[in-house]
Amino acid sequence: MSVELRDVTYTYSPGTAYEMHALEHVSVEIPNGQFVGVIGHTGSGKSTMVQHFNGLIRPTSGNVFYNGEDIWQEGYNLRELRSHVGLVFQYPEHQLFETDVITDVCFGPKNQGLSPEECRERAREALKHVGLDERFYEKSPFELSGGQKRRVAIAGVLAMNPSFLILDEPTAGLDPKGRDEILDQLALLHETRGISVMLVSHSMEDIARYVERIIVMNKGHVAFDDTPKKVFSHYKELEQMGLAAPQMTYIMHALKERGMDVDVTATTVEEAKASVLKALNHM
Amino acid sequence: MGIIRAAKLGFDYFRYEEEGKEPEVTRAIDDVNLDIQAGQFIAVLGHNGSGKSTLAKHINGLLVPTEGTLWVDNMDTSQEEDVWKIRQKAGMVFQNPDNQIIGSVVEEDVGFGPENIGVPTDEIWRRVDESLRATGMIAYRHHSPNKLSGGQKQRVAIAGVMAMRPKCIVLDEPTAMLDPNGRKEVLKAVRELNEKEGVTVILITHYMEEVVFADKVFVMDQGRVVMQGTPREVFSRVEELKALRLDVPQVTLLAYELKQAGVDIPDGILTIEELVDALCQ
Amino acid sequence: MIRDITIGQYYPADSVLHRLDPRVKFVGTLAYIVSLFLFQSWGYILGTLFLVCMIVLSKVPFKFMVKGLKSIVILLMITLVFNMLFTPGEAVLTIWKLHITKEGLILAGRMGIRLIFLIIGASIMTLTTTPNQLTDGLETLLGPLKKIHVPVHEIAMVMSIALRFIPILLDETDKIMKAQMARGADFESGNLMQKVKNMVPLLVPLFISAFRRANDLALAMEARCYHGEEGRTQMKPLVYKMRDYIAYGILAVYFGTSILGVIFGF
Repeated sequence: MSVELRDVTYTYSPGTAYEMHALEHVSVEIPNGQFVGVIGHTGSGKSTMVQHFNGLIRPTSGNVFYNGEDIWQEGYNLRELRSHVGLVFQYPEHQLFETDVITDVCFGPKNQGLSPEECRERAREALKHVGLDERFYEKSPFELSGGQKRRVAIAGVLAMNPSFLILDEPTAGLDPKGRDEILDQLALLHETRGISVMLVSHSMEDIARYVERIIVMNKGHVAFDDTPKKVFSHYKELEQMGLAAPQMTYIMHALKERGMDVDVTATTVEEAKASVLKALNHM
Repeated sequence: MGIIRAAKLGFDYFRYEEEGKEPEVTRAIDDVNLDIQAGQFIAVLGHNGSGKSTLAKHINGLLVPTEGTLWVDNMDTSQEEDVWKIRQKAGMVFQNPDNQIIGSVVEEDVGFGPENIGVPTDEIWRRVDESLRATGMIAYRHHSPNKLSGGQKQRVAIAGVMAMRPKCIVLDEPTAMLDPNGRKEVLKAVRELNEKEGVTVILITHYMEEVVFADKVFVMDQGRVVMQGTPREVFSRVEELKALRLDVPQVTLLAYELKQAGVDIPDGILTIEELVDALCQ
Repeated sequence: MIRDITIGQYYPADSVLHRLDPRVKFVGTLAYIVSLFLFQSWGYILGTLFLVCMIVLSKVPFKFMVKGLKSIVILLMITLVFNMLFTPGEAVLTIWKLHITKEGLILAGRMGIRLIFLIIGASIMTLTTTPNQLTDGLETLLGPLKKIHVPVHEIAMVMSIALRFIPILLDETDKIMKAQMARGADFESGNLMQKVKNMVPLLVPLFISAFRRANDLALAMEARCYHGEEGRTQMKPLVYKMRDYIAYGILAVYFGTSILGVIFGF
């Protein structure tokens, strides 16, 4: 199982004065079970790219495949595709509309044609996965805190049982506590349910901690597509794109320049600590 | 005497569920005492619901304390007749860049504040020019705000406040909805106002890297100020910050972890240079 | 998609029309529209000449004006067909039981020209005037109504805020629609009742968002000392300049000629 973009180009308002290439010849394949990060600054095309995966945007040229099938071929069921490839938009809490939490989460499964019992079953499971306490289920979603609302919204997509889950900046505007809770839940979900997760973010620190692969978008192109360590080794190029590597990368490079024998590929505090201690012991 | 002082400040939110029923009371601010000197750069940290936004709204007179007193430039904010003077002295920038721009053209939005306080036309133009220059937005004066990036919108909002010639500017999580570039832009503009124009800045945020430059940091939790001091003092208390589930700059965290492991480095390291110097003497 | 809809779009350029006082443009547009309905036959040459002059003076590419016409194509077609078919008179062409009459053709042509000229004329005003100038102009023109307690300032403020937030809310509609589609929502199929029901997941979040924005904006305005019209000054007060008086003069001549045309039956 996989989702794939093959040579996808997307142009906004083609043929007018406002013509703009949001994506140019992008080819990306995500096999089942991966935890992928997508990084790029505003306007790099990352949000446009992720909307191709579930057929919300039709490429101007190129193909989109789900499990090897072209999703834009005649007669392809896009609504069914959207239940396999779940997409959580930025600030997803703004799409909540029902009178209580559980009914809102049921919206997706209901559209899939499941029975009310099945819907509630799915909703409960999804809410459990995002770590929302049961006492909130019957409350109005608008009474919850920002972080809780966002988790309800994510559960709303999760309840459709997607095998791919794409989240566009799921932590934007949250405080550190809310951010960590959501990212930890996503990591757990990836581990326990084995679904692929694609995280769009502009925080390198967040991404470095969780993902196994990073796709860097710049001006509508894929600039890098590799493991985090390899991507961060291009930290100077990342900076030219208006991005930055995690702070640890800079520290390790600065230490190395001053003659300390440390591992410059360390990206998390734990790795850096181990590497510095090792280098100090050898001095 | 400080430009902003608070004595035993308290604020309760009342929520009325039904007619005749006792309202639900939430203590948003509890026994807060402040003495902020003119020209200082103050940072307020705390996660959502810690009371920091409520405190910000008090400084601008949008909320009036239910207990204690707050003085802005020696005016008591609970005195209704001074409210417009207070709002002019202490300007405010909010979180959502879209929801605080009133004008359909950048320069007209910047002129909105001075119009409201009755500044003569020529003077408005002078102030609009100056504020747009100070925030680096002069090239965009004829643009529509809808075409600007988040960081640029926030700089317009800051210019709009500056055009009212405030002594103090309160920024309530101005960077929470921005990308890293936008955050840098806004922070740079705020620091320049503080350094060049001598405006007192109160920056509310949960991004630690933004408070490293502050003269003083307040950490709030459950409506109370639980920690205060210079950034170095506050950030040397890593365990307490962790317990409050706040971020510590990663370099500070690494320094702390190394120190715990027995490496001999000073407390409260804030920048990469400091850490590198400490490790490679 | 939805964001392609343009309402009162301003086209930035530096032309005489752009620099004119919005009040002149308001009065001018009104006078022009009235004149269109006064003309009988030859008057349309005057009307066309006047419009062409304005189009050239405005320095706005002609295709932007034509864009405004797209929205009235259907209305235009209906008017034309009705006039052609249902005006009694001398039949030129008969198809089955329907007669296209000479009088009908003339009337249809006249109505078509009126509608097209009206839309182009009005869009010249909106294309050369910023929404803020428009509301300022309206506020001063309607100023006398304050005496009978019409809240003119408030109305103008509401209008200018609406103009600023329309594009934002359109964008938001697009976003929420996509988000609900990602959850399997269907906005296209079904009968009317179902369609209306299917709109709930779009409309509720949209209303909530609009209220949240309104609340934020009210706070931001209060924080910037907005307290109504009292004691307020203006950054761009409307002051008539020489060119505005000249423009009024030209308008007077144009309108006078139109009236004379009516009297002498042109």
